[in-house]
Amino acid sequence: MNGTLPPKSLAERAALATPPTVAMRVRGLSDRAVAWIFIAPTIVLLLAINIFPLIWTIQLSFTNYRANRPNAPVRNVGIDNYHSILTDPDIWAAMQATAHFVFWTIVLQTVIGFTLAWLIDRKFRGHGFWTTIILIPMMLSPAVVGNFWRFLYQPQIGGFNYFVSFFTGLPPSSFEMIGSVKLAPWAIVVVDTWMWTPYVMLICLAGLRSIPDYIYEAAEVDRASPLRQFWSITLPMALPFIMLAVLFRGIENFKMFDMVNLLTSGGPGSTTEVASITLKREAFEKWRTGFSSAFAIILFVTVFGLANIYVKALNRVKQR
Amino acid sequence: MKKLIAGAGAVAAALLATPATTPAMAQGKTITLCWAAWDPANALVELSKDFTAKSGVNMKFEFVPWPNFADRMLNELNSKGKLCDLIIGDSQWIGGSAENGHYVKLNEFFDKNGIKMSDFMSATVTGYSEWPKGTPNYWALPAMGDALGWTYRKDWFARPDLQAAFKAKYNRDLAAPKTQSELKDIAEFFQGREIDGKKVYGAAIFTERGSEGITMGVNNALYPFGFEYQDPKKPYAMDGFVNSADAIKGLEFYKALYKCCTPPGYTDAYMQEGLDAFKSGQVAMQMNWFAFFPGLAKDEKVGGDRIGFFVNPGEKTKGSQLGGQGLSVVAYSNNKNEALEYIKWFAQPDVQKKWWSLGGYSAAKSVLEDPNFPKTAPFAGDFLVAMGQVKDFWAEPSYAQLLLAMQKRVHDYVVADRGTAKEALDALIADWKKVFKDDGKL
Repeated sequence: MNGTLPPKSLAERAALATPPTVAMRVRGLSDRAVAWIFIAPTIVLLLAINIFPLIWTIQLSFTNYRANRPNAPVRNVGIDNYHSILTDPDIWAAMQATAHFVFWTIVLQTVIGFTLAWLIDRKFRGHGFWTTIILIPMMLSPAVVGNFWRFLYQPQIGGFNYFVSFFTGLPPSSFEMIGSVKLAPWAIVVVDTWMWTPYVMLICLAGLRSIPDYIYEAAEVDRASPLRQFWSITLPMALPFIMLAVLFRGIENFKMFDMVNLLTSGGPGSTTEVASITLKREAFEKWRTGFSSAFAIILFVTVFGLANIYVKALNRVKQR
Repeated sequence: MKKLIAGAGAVAAALLATPATTPAMAQGKTITLCWAAWDPANALVELSKDFTAKSGVNMKFEFVPWPNFADRMLNELNSKGKLCDLIIGDSQWIGGSAENGHYVKLNEFFDKNGIKMSDFMSATVTGYSEWPKGTPNYWALPAMGDALGWTYRKDWFARPDLQAAFKAKYNRDLAAPKTQSELKDIAEFFQGREIDGKKVYGAAIFTERGSEGITMGVNNALYPFGFEYQDPKKPYAMDGFVNSADAIKGLEFYKALYKCCTPPGYTDAYMQEGLDAFKSGQVAMQMNWFAFFPGLAKDEKVGGDRIGFFVNPGEKTKGSQLGGQGLSVVAYSNNKNEALEYIKWFAQPDVQKKWWSLGGYSAAKSVLEDPNFPKTAPFAGDFLVAMGQVKDFWAEPSYAQLLLAMQKRVHDYVVADRGTAKEALDALIADWKKVFKDDGKL
C-alpha cells in the first residue's frame, strides 16, 4: 500500500497512463490550443479548396487574364469586366432565362411535391410501393435524364408528343418542344419538375410526419373542418420544411447546367441559355477567364445574398 | 563460356552503338494519338499497325466524339496535358495552337527529312499547316483532307414517276443540283412526299447549336452566294463583306432551306443526325463531310447504286466549307522523337496511298494527282472538285470566340426566328470586332 487513493475519474486514469514527457507537453497547452490543433486540418482544407479559389477568382475578375494564353501580359482592367457584364444584353437574356426556369420549376415542384406528400401521408394501401416509384426520377443521373427526354421530345418518334397528341388531338409532329422558341423554356421546366418533384415531396413528407397527431385530435375535438385543419395546422407546421425545399431547389436550379446543356445546348438560338451555360462558354470555350471570373462572382453574390435573406425569413417562420 | 561472354559483349556493344531515335531504342514505347471518334479514325488505327510493325513503337488512340472534341482537346492543350503525343487537330485550331506553343514547329524537321509541303495539295497546306496563313511556317502535316459535300438518293431520283412529276413542275430533269436554287427546288419537291408508303423530307442540313454545326452548314450556303470574311485588301475590315447583300441573301437562303425542307424537329442536328436521317431513308439529300462518304457508299440500306454524291452547288460563285485536319506533335509530349518518326512515316507516298484505300482522305499530291484517282471511289472526283473550291472559317488564336459568336447569331436567326439576316450579320460583325479589338488587331 503506497498510501494514495486510486484515481476516480476516467480523465484522471488517462492522465496517469500518459507517459510523463507527453503529459508535460500536453499539460502546457490550453484547451483552446488543443481545440485549434484538432480543427486546423479542416480549416486548412477549407482555405485551400474554398477560400483561396474564391479570393483568386475575385482577383482575376479585375484582370484581362486568359487561361489559354499563359504567356500574354495580364493587365488590370479595374471594374471593366463587371461593367461589361451588367451592360451586356446577352447576359441579361441569360439571367432572364434563368429566372424563368428557377421561378417556374420552384412553383411547380412545390405545388406538386407538397400535394404528392400530402397524398402519400394518407397511408393508403401500397403507399410504400408508390413512394418508391415516385422517387425513381431523382435517382437518375441528369445526363441520362437529358438524353432520355431529348428522345421523348423528338417530334416524330418521341413519346411526349404522342402523349400530348392523345389528349389534344394535335398531330404529334405539329409541335417541337425543344425546337420552338415558345416551348423550349417550358420543355426544360417540365423535365426538371419531373426529375426533382420527388425530392421536394420527400422533404414535405418529413414535415407532414413531424406534426404530432394530438394537434389534429385537439382540432377535431374543437370541431375544426378538414380544410380549417389544413390551413391552420398542416400548412403552417409544414411551412419551414417547404421553405427549406424551396431553398435547396432554388440554389440548385440557379446553377443548373448539365440537364439543360444536354437537352437543348441553350437553344434554339439562345432561348434556354441559362446563366451557367453562358458562364461555361465564356470560361472554357472563349477562355475569357477574367470576364468569366467576374460573372461567377456576380452569380455567387446573387445566390448568396438571396439565400441569406431567405434563410432569415425561414428562421422567422420557424420561430412563430 | 567464352562464346557466351563474347555474345553478350557483342549485344551490349550493338545496343550502345544504336542512335537514340532508331526503332531499336523505341521498341516497347507507346505513343498516343488523339483525334475525333469517326469513321476515318478506324482507318487510321488499321493503318498505324504498319507503323508499329516497322518501328516497334506501339500506338494508343484517344478518340473523342465530335461534339466534345474541341472542348476536350483544347482543354488538354491549354492545361499542357501529356495525354496526347500526336494530335490531329481541327484546321481552325492552328493559329491558337501555334501562338500558344501547343504544337511543335515542324519546318526544321521537314527540311531534315526531305518532307516538302509542295507534295501536298495547296488548300490543305494553307488550311491545316500554316500559321500565319500564307507564310512558310508549318505546325502540322496535312493528314485528312475534307470538305462539306452532299449525298442524295440516286434510286429515288431515277424513278420515272418522280422524274415526270419533277419535270412537270420545274421543266428540267430531276438530277443532282448545279446551283443552290436548284438544290432548294429539289428539297421542296421531296418534302412531305410519300415514297414506298413512307413520308420523306427534302434535306438534312446542319443546325447544331452547341459546337460548330450551324456555322459550318451556313457557310456552305454563304460562300456560294458571295460571302467574304474580310476585305481581301484590308485584313479584319469586315463591314460590307460579312454583311454584304450577297451574304444576306445566302443567310436568308439557308433559313428558307431549313424552314421548307428539313424533317420535323431538326433544330439541333449535326453530322450524326444527318447520317441517321439519310440512312433511315428519311431524306432525299444530306449535307455532310466527305469523310463519311466511304462508309455511306458501303451502307447496306442506302449505299451502292442507291446513293449519289455531289459537290456543294454554286450560285453567284463556287465555294465549299473546308473540313479536315493536320497531324501535329504536342509540345508537352515526352515522346516527341517517336511522334516525329510517326509523321515521317505517315508522309511517305505509299503510306498515303494506303491511307486513301482504307477510307482516310489523303492530301498528298502523289495520291490525288494520280490519273486514276477519280475512278477509285464514286465520290473521289467530287472530292477533288470540292477541295479546289474550299474556304475555311477564321483560324485565328481567338477562333473559339469567333465561332461561338457565329453559332449564336446564326442560330438565333435561322432556328429561333430572331430578327433579320442583316441584323444577325451586323451583330456578328460587332461581336467579331470586339474579339479582334481585344486581340489588338483592330
